[in-house]
Amino acid sequence: MAKVWINAQTQVEVADYPGMRAVHLTIDGKNVRALPGQTILEVVNSHPGIGNVPALCYHPAVKPYGACRLCTVEIEEGTRSRFVAACLYPIREGLVVKTDTERVRKLRQGILELLLARCPNVKMLQDLAKEYGVEQPRYALGDQACILCGLCVRACQEIIGRSAISLVNRGIYREIAAPFYAYELSEGCIGCGDCVYVCPTGAIYLGPDGKPVLPKVKIPYPEVEAMMREATAAASRR
Amino acid sequence: MVELLQKRLRSPSELESRRQSIVQKRDPNRLCITVCAGTGCRASGAEAVIEAFKDEIERREIQLDVELKETGCPGFCERGPLVVIRPKRIFYQRVKPEDIPEIISETVLNGTIIDRLLYVDPATNEKIVYEPDVPFYKKQTQNILGANSAIDPTQIDDYIAIGGYSALSKVLFHMSSEEVVAEIKRSGLRGRGGGGFPTGRKWESCLHAEGDVKYVICNADEGDPGSFQDRAILEGNPHSVVEGMIIGAYAIGSHQGYIYVRNEYPMAVRHARIAIEEAMDYGLLGKDILGSGFDFTVSISRGGGAFVCGESSALMASLEGKIGEPKAKYVHMSEKGLWDKPSLLNNVKTWANVPLIINKGAEWYSQIGTAGSKGTMIFALVGKINNTGLVEVPMGITLREMIYDIGGGIPGGKKFKAVQTGGPSGGCIPEQYLDTPVDFDELTKLGSMMGSGGMIVMDEDTCMVDVAKYFVNFLEGESCGKCVPCREGLHRMGEILSDITRGQAGMEDLDLLEDLAGTLRDGSLCALGTTAANPVLTTLRYFRDEYVAHIEQKRCPAGVCRELIQYSIDPEKCEGCLRCLRACPTEAVSGEKRKPHTIDQSKCIKCGACFDVCKFGAVIKR
Repeated sequence: MAKVWINAQTQVEVADYPGMRAVHLTIDGKNVRALPGQTILEVVNSHPGIGNVPALCYHPAVKPYGACRLCTVEIEEGTRSRFVAACLYPIREGLVVKTDTERVRKLRQGILELLLARCPNVKMLQDLAKEYGVEQPRYALGDQACILCGLCVRACQEIIGRSAISLVNRGIYREIAAPFYAYELSEGCIGCGDCVYVCPTGAIYLGPDGKPVLPKVKIPYPEVEAMMREATAAASRR
Repeated sequence: MVELLQKRLRSPSELESRRQSIVQKRDPNRLCITVCAGTGCRASGAEAVIEAFKDEIERREIQLDVELKETGCPGFCERGPLVVIRPKRIFYQRVKPEDIPEIISETVLNGTIIDRLLYVDPATNEKIVYEPDVPFYKKQTQNILGANSAIDPTQIDDYIAIGGYSALSKVLFHMSSEEVVAEIKRSGLRGRGGGGFPTGRKWESCLHAEGDVKYVICNADEGDPGSFQDRAILEGNPHSVVEGMIIGAYAIGSHQGYIYVRNEYPMAVRHARIAIEEAMDYGLLGKDILGSGFDFTVSISRGGGAFVCGESSALMASLEGKIGEPKAKYVHMSEKGLWDKPSLLNNVKTWANVPLIINKGAEWYSQIGTAGSKGTMIFALVGKINNTGLVEVPMGITLREMIYDIGGGIPGGKKFKAVQTGGPSGGCIPEQYLDTPVDFDELTKLGSMMGSGGMIVMDEDTCMVDVAKYFVNFLEGESCGKCVPCREGLHRMGEILSDITRGQAGMEDLDLLEDLAGTLRDGSLCALGTTAANPVLTTLRYFRDEYVAHIEQKRCPAGVCRELIQYSIDPEKCEGCLRCLRACPTEAVSGEKRKPHTIDQSKCIKCGACFDVCKFGAVIKR
């Protein structure tokens, strides 16, 4: 019997909902029953042993986001197939999903190579990349720990309701920061440590004062950096 | 208040009689000077020209005999400011304020043509007097743009005079929602914003989507470098867009619409706002439109300048006041879009096509174009081309006709090298495919796309690796950074391309580029990422030898990539005129008068100033 996440803590069996009509789909050649409204990833996660779908930006406690793209799988559409993100794709009757084809593995390789080049020292990424045959990225290596999955930001916003941290800037300059680029977290942070708990790479950790320590921001704009320094100095004078 | 009540149209017959009275008041043979007041012509000084006309008309006290009209953009930006004297449509180009007294005294009052202001066809050296005879316009089919040069976009009466809002009246009183959708479907219209999705199907799915509240959205967040078609329509004929939106709203049952327009288009914002206010006053927007009982209002939302907000899901997030980032569209926006309600989003050009289809019929519309792409498309023809501007052509015209017959070919007798269609994530199409008919499917087959209608022409002096690098850098800067392939992949792609243009890459980097392109195409969250590799893939496909030359011979065949070129002076040809010596910003050139000069390579920054100023062809670029 299929198990389904109701929320972060609770799993139930489909049989507990007799009025609900199950959806039938095929994952890697195996027939699976699931609840309507579930995503492919939720189905895979509730069927141990079926499907191989890694996911870094997914956590059952927060809304799916579709940023890491590692959960990409192939679905069949007529005679063709296409890639979809398993964490977001809603299942439907008769859906045929392939989670571990050569094309999927190649795509995940490509993504992991990019991630490992960004964060070469993150153990979890090294292990996952190795599983996919990626050991040495062909790019210049960075030195970050944060993969920008946004789990910390989403947990802070969706679960705690504080929005003490946020994603700022765009593209390669995107980073996690406190509001207005403040060097220290504001009173918005209640020190719950949720962000630390959900972080898949250990980029955020709890500091000695009980507040999370964010990855060091690299402000791309010198003007902003200067303004921030001034503001911090002014605040300490007060 | 009384005036407002008088303005308000309460029925289709009131609209018709208003139209009659406007038309009757206007004498078609009256002298009318139209000046293009689009952004392009303004940049070339149209404002001063308009002021000069006003002054001169006032000075001569001929206000009653001559009308002056500021119109939208007819497309021929290269030759701006453009002045047309009606009813004969005498066409003057590159007009300056000092020409105005002469235009008034000679042409307007006397009917004499001023020779020097006429357009000269570069192909035949023939002077052309009348606007319709200009080759640039002759091959076009200006179904949409045509109205731009005839009306003042800030006057709703002008739009009504040319038949405006008759399609709306027809729809509201003679067609059901289903009939409107069926008409659009039959017309074969496809989305003009880039995707080319069949518009009728989108409308149909939105019509059938569950929900009491539905939204209609006009995407005017035109961000492609070198594209300005949407701006020209919103500036030059905003009512056509508004009318299209009301028709769409009626078709799907929506009562609230939004125009999402870039704040960098101040005039488009202003004209759209005026159009909405005027339409409200006339009872063409708001409650009980034309007495039909149908309510619809439009609000304007100004974009903050992010390219990605032209993507429908990012646009809607931005409209909701959230960060403009795309989300997955596995459930279509037509079912679950803005605030999770069914939302009908179309591009400016698509909306502007709607009144035309309703008025003239789907059969008429579907006769224009090719099997899979109907109607006309407006392209922004830019780059190394004689006639820069907007061109509206029927689908299926060949690239060659567009570039040579309408565009007037490449300036300076240079050779054509490639044309990039579809904006920054379009592909570069080489000469052997110039006879390809331009439509959605043919361009896709070549690895490019229709996009929103950008068309950048490149000549022999263009380095294709440099071009690919430019577009990748643009997209890297505009990537929202949400998903890994787009954020990290484009950054790495930029690094590799930069290495290639500096001669620091190996042949294995070409494989890496292709691998990366696959990751981007298959893995990205939105169309910005999935199409971002097109410029790289097409240049690799059609101009691979240039990549190889950069890598293996450390040579840039087009002489563009600074790190790979060297300037030197041919002592045989150098006359010792000191021009290059004076032009050099880093004092790298030395020599005496009338003796051959030399360039100190250690000081040279390869700016090319010496090359540009040399009159004897003595500076060699290698």
